[in-house]
Amino acid sequence: MAMQAHEIESLIKDALPDAQVTIDDLAGDGDHYAARVVSASFKGRSRVQQHQMIYDALRGRMGDSLHALALQTSAPDD
Amino acid sequence: MDDQPIFERIRADIDEHPVLVYIKGTPMFPQCGFSAAIVQALSMLGAKFKGIDVLADPPLRQGVKDFSNWPTIPQLYVCGEFVGGADIVREMYESGELATFLKDKGIELAD
Repeated sequence: MAMQAHEIESLIKDALPDAQVTIDDLAGDGDHYAARVVSASFKGRSRVQQHQMIYDALRGRMGDSLHALALQTSAPDD
Repeated sequence: MDDQPIFERIRADIDEHPVLVYIKGTPMFPQCGFSAAIVQALSMLGAKFKGIDVLADPPLRQGVKDFSNWPTIPQLYVCGEFVGGADIVREMYESGELATFLKDKGIELAD
């Protein structure tokens, strides 16, 4: 199982419409990505909570069809 | 989510060990790069920690993900509190925040 970068981006944007999402394919195998996500909805939330918001947006794929997603999250002008 | 029996075991583990990391493999022989990264960060700081191999315990491997609502392994707990996975711990280590965090929690670090 694997995912395409655009799938990850659209799932994140479905959940966080204002998000700016940058995705890097780390291994070309559809399983290892890095993502940088900037969204106002992260404001006031801990890093763990911010990453959990992304995992929720991916609706269970994290750790399943997606093995690795190195995450960097922040609110605008953080 | 009702309380799964495995949660009691996890609570006991994280209460017993001030610095506890659930990893794939053992601290000596991590079986995944992300697990190795957390073990290395803690070792570089000289923090004493307990490593629990989830590969040897499949119910624990899923149970700890449900417990913390975090879908991946490794997972770091300090003084019973979930700190994060590989990304967050690496970010904290590189910025020096991990050392400060551990000291603030009363964890001894090698000088």
